[in-house]
Amino acid sequence: MSNVLEIEHLSTHFHTEEGVVRAVDDVGLQVRQGEIVCIVGESGSGKSITAMSVMGLVEGPAGRVAGGRIAFDGIDLLKLGRNELRTIRGNEIAMIFQEPMTSLNPVLKIGEQLMEPLIEHRKMSKKAARKRAIELIGEVGISRAEQIADSYPHELSGGMLQRIMIAIAISCEPKLLIADEPTTALDVTIQAQILDMLRRFKEESGMSILLITHDLGVVAEMADYVVVMYAGKVVEEGEVVALFENPQHPYTKGLLKSKPIINQRQDELYSIPGQVPNPLELTPSCYFHDRCAYCMDICRTQQPVLKDAGNGQKVACWLNEEVTPV
Amino acid sequence: MSTIHAEEAGAAKAVPVRTAPHASMWRQSLRRLLKNKLAMLGFAVVAFMFAACFIGPLFSPYTDNKINMAVMNNAPSLKHWLGTDALGRDVLARVLLAGRISLTVGLASMVLSVFVGTLLGVIAGYYRGVVDQLVMRLADLLLTIPSLPLLFIFGALLSEWKVPTDYRMYIVMLMLSIVGWPGLARMVRGQMLSLREREYMQATVVLGLRDRRKLFNHLLPNLVPLIIVIATFNIGGAILSESVLSYFGLGVMAPTPTWGNMIDAANNMIDFQDHPWLWIPPGFSIFATVIAINIFGDGLRDVLDPKQKR
Repeated sequence: MSNVLEIEHLSTHFHTEEGVVRAVDDVGLQVRQGEIVCIVGESGSGKSITAMSVMGLVEGPAGRVAGGRIAFDGIDLLKLGRNELRTIRGNEIAMIFQEPMTSLNPVLKIGEQLMEPLIEHRKMSKKAARKRAIELIGEVGISRAEQIADSYPHELSGGMLQRIMIAIAISCEPKLLIADEPTTALDVTIQAQILDMLRRFKEESGMSILLITHDLGVVAEMADYVVVMYAGKVVEEGEVVALFENPQHPYTKGLLKSKPIINQRQDELYSIPGQVPNPLELTPSCYFHDRCAYCMDICRTQQPVLKDAGNGQKVACWLNEEVTPV
Repeated sequence: MSTIHAEEAGAAKAVPVRTAPHASMWRQSLRRLLKNKLAMLGFAVVAFMFAACFIGPLFSPYTDNKINMAVMNNAPSLKHWLGTDALGRDVLARVLLAGRISLTVGLASMVLSVFVGTLLGVIAGYYRGVVDQLVMRLADLLLTIPSLPLLFIFGALLSEWKVPTDYRMYIVMLMLSIVGWPGLARMVRGQMLSLREREYMQATVVLGLRDRRKLFNHLLPNLVPLIIVIATFNIGGAILSESVLSYFGLGVMAPTPTWGNMIDAANNMIDFQDHPWLWIPPGFSIFATVIAINIFGDGLRDVLDPKQKR
């Protein structure tokens, strides 16, 4: 299977008054055709910025993609001009945001907003676009499609709006769908429906999904491949089953441990001590060292690199280095 | 746009509606506006003024502006409801004809300044950078010069260049829009700066929409309430400025009547004391029209301001 998306050595920096924030630091990942890749990490780990870098949403003057390559279908998105990028966005790469309530224009009808990418990228007439828009509303499982098309966003619930966002995203049959925490703002029963729908569309159209989430339940349910990010770096990646069964990095272990287990009473839920380090104060070290139970001297002074750990996993941890350099 | 809305509104009606009728923002706003008695009073006065000025003269036998020495400075009577002026012309007919000019100038200069102000404000706010600097510094420049002296200079230039009186009305419109657009452009730009950062604008980037579509399909509709409100106030302001200019003999010139130059014509002790029918009607017209427009504008703002929930 070919890679739809290849990110290599991506660095995205924000230049603030206090200094440079390396929000994404030398990150690499691949999304193969028809695959769901999840990026997991807590808030501030750089997972959303990674997605935004792909979409070209990191905007100056503060933010800048400092280096690397983002290849979509072999084309480096970072080298494209505004217009070339515009024809890819919404057409071949689509994106869903976390907040469906604010991602739709409040003064435009749902139908109008659904028609726009069709008119723009598919060169449909208004009439044809409206017809297709109503079909799409039906496809995402909303009845009374005609009436919904004439509604304004404030008249619909969050779950319905997220379905509309998905309808807009899939309207031009993209090869890659980036979903940035698509279910975070929704209640749990709706979450499952939305995820189901995403998976169904993936299977029907063969598109790939880059799913960004902090919810390990979502990862377990959806992912083929998982990338764990911490403080702007990939700390571990691997096939979902392998990674869940045999996590290598202490951070991944901590994440998995801090998830409640159904049907099993625990007196106290485990949580990783400490907080994500201030991105301004990072020194060459393993960024997780001050929260890590297995911290060694070397972890405080040198940064581990991502290395093969067998079983299709890659991990960046000094514990996995066979020869510990002195 | 408007035709689509109309069509779709029609389509929505055909579908059996489960909950409350499909209330678009506009319909809701209209309903609220109709409930606002003061605003409706303002609207009634403005509507009356328009109707009187544009239709009224059709029923008057005195609209030819002919000089009639036999009836100089007559007090109001059944024949001349508001009396006659120093040249024997019917004051009522002149007030109404003057109203045509004043209202037209107010409306036209509003349309022009709203068009220019909105366009420049939208572009400056959306693209920022150099374009923004250019547009806003130009606006600042015009805003730093007090508008009345500026208008006076323009007016004096017109007299100096002996611009034919027929054209003066159009040039006055232009002048008023030149001083009218910067304030509006500023407001629109400020609003744009906030709107362009909204998440749904990020969504339009992700959808790969063209700038034209982003600006005019997504951002402009968000600005319409603001623009309507400012435009309303703008008409009042323009009518006032035109009156001031004409009063000083720098706007529209006699014999074409405007409310301003009618008051000017009565600007002496004798007329002031002995012939109040010469200056009270045009003065009252200016007063009533501008107050009514402002009251109506206030009502519109209350209704259209999305931050106000009720």
